[in-house]
Amino acid sequence: MTTPLLEGKSRRELWSGPIIDCDVHANVPSLEALFPYQEEVWAQFARDRGWGGPTGVDIAYPAGAPTTARPEWRSEGSVPASDVAMLREHILEPWDVERAVLNCYYAVDSLRHPDWAAALARSVNDWVVAEWLDKDPRLVASMVVPARDPAAAVKEIERVGDHPRIVQVLMPVRSERLYGQRVFFPIYEAMTRRDLVMGLHWGGTPEGEPSTGGFPSWYAEEYAAETQSYGAQITSLIAEGVFQQFPDMRVAVLEGGFTWVPGWGWRMNAEWKGLRREIPWVDRPPMDIIRDHFRFSIAPIDAGPPQEMAKIIKWIGTEDILMFATDYPHMHNDDVGAFLELLPESMRRKVMADTARDLYRL
Amino acid sequence: MEARKKTAREVERHIVARVGDVPEGEHRIFSVAGREIGIFNVRGEYFALRNRCPHLGGPLCEGEVLGLVYSSKPGDVRFDGSKRLITCPWHGWEFDVKTGQSYFNPRLKARRYTVETSVGEASRERQEAVPENPDELEPGPYKAEVLQVKEEGEYLVVAMPKSTAGRERGAS
Ligand code: FES
Repeated sequence: MTTPLLEGKSRRELWSGPIIDCDVHANVPSLEALFPYQEEVWAQFARDRGWGGPTGVDIAYPAGAPTTARPEWRSEGSVPASDVAMLREHILEPWDVERAVLNCYYAVDSLRHPDWAAALARSVNDWVVAEWLDKDPRLVASMVVPARDPAAAVKEIERVGDHPRIVQVLMPVRSERLYGQRVFFPIYEAMTRRDLVMGLHWGGTPEGEPSTGGFPSWYAEEYAAETQSYGAQITSLIAEGVFQQFPDMRVAVLEGGFTWVPGWGWRMNAEWKGLRREIPWVDRPPMDIIRDHFRFSIAPIDAGPPQEMAKIIKWIGTEDILMFATDYPHMHNDDVGAFLELLPESMRRKVMADTARDLYRL
Repeated sequence: MEARKKTAREVERHIVARVGDVPEGEHRIFSVAGREIGIFNVRGEYFALRNRCPHLGGPLCEGEVLGLVYSSKPGDVRFDGSKRLITCPWHGWEFDVKTGQSYFNPRLKARRYTVETSVGEASRERQEAVPENPDELEPGPYKAEVLQVKEEGEYLVVAMPKSTAGRERGAS
């Protein structure tokens, strides 16, 4: 059996070892689907106002955009990736995954109402547990939090963070404030106490600029610009000393690419050597902190020519940093087989399963 | 071994300045036998460094002398004014004025380290130096060239090897 990503090859031909897919998505089909998991007052608020759900969802992935879903993963009359049967048919079976990390990014913090946003996060998390985790033992999941409201986020982590198959807290990469700032420390405290990973994921509040210079005019521009936000967030997390304050904290960078990491690392290491007295808590070169605390999904790979790609892998300087992902149902036209071929033999198993297994304690 | 003996033999002493020329807490750059030397007065004690950064050759002694800033975690900013670090104007790296040792890696690690003065009268002895905050600092990979400077009567005298004197970057 093949899927478009497998490009006509069988899964075993591509890779005969175990696979952990560190980024598959669940899409909330409609706000109504969450009503059974919400206090009646919020369902009534939505009906009253004719509110159909958070706007942030469409900002990251407009329904009709080609990146939103591969044509083969769309089906007439239903939202792609909106139930567990689709996920089984498109990913779990053909890829024969051992475990998949389910991310339901629902842009909960693009809703500014402080109580409603928290209620929305609760309903998304309960929906994920009931409609997905309970229905397939191969799935573990991220939880969402109203990230712009750290106190509410902590409450939600305390409510569902102990669920044995919740492994990660999703933080959208676009935010009004950079995540290294101390106002977010209570979230990291709650997260690390439960050994949860921070999932820095595509998307975020409409107020958060996708580029570091402001709001772009075009969708294509926005899509390309959003990669910059990852660099800004990672720089902030490191410079503000999050990993000295929370030495056990681990971050999965999802859908952010990784080919830009070496260039970022060279610059950051150089700046730190000369200016570390401004941020004296940063006790080692930033690139070392990346290698210790960060993992990156390989969807997208953003692969250039293979020989250049091989250099990038070398420059990153560790075999333990990349994790396989399909990013179902989003479309990235990366050739996973070609990518695997240019990895050193010892690294393939780590990319396909072991690094994610370690990160998420699977 | 041969080369080292030769270097040692050819050490020359140069009168560089009058004692009052480098006020306490300050440093001045002098040209000595075609080389630029920074003389630092740290609480009445004199230290000399070559005005050449071991990283990429920047004019090291043109930088600021600062105390040590260190920390164990965010929000905990501590200052140790007893440590005197010259910061290179090119890339900002810090070097201990007394030992020439580079620092940018203040890991919380107790560590004694050995330095060897590469030039000057004490060059044949291995000295063991302990940083003033042994729990706070780990030396970096570079060491600026340290020269011996002494107060002799009303003069400051620097000892340096004749044989390696050459054209100085930026010297005019
Ligand atoms: S040249 Fe002095 S720090 Fe680079």
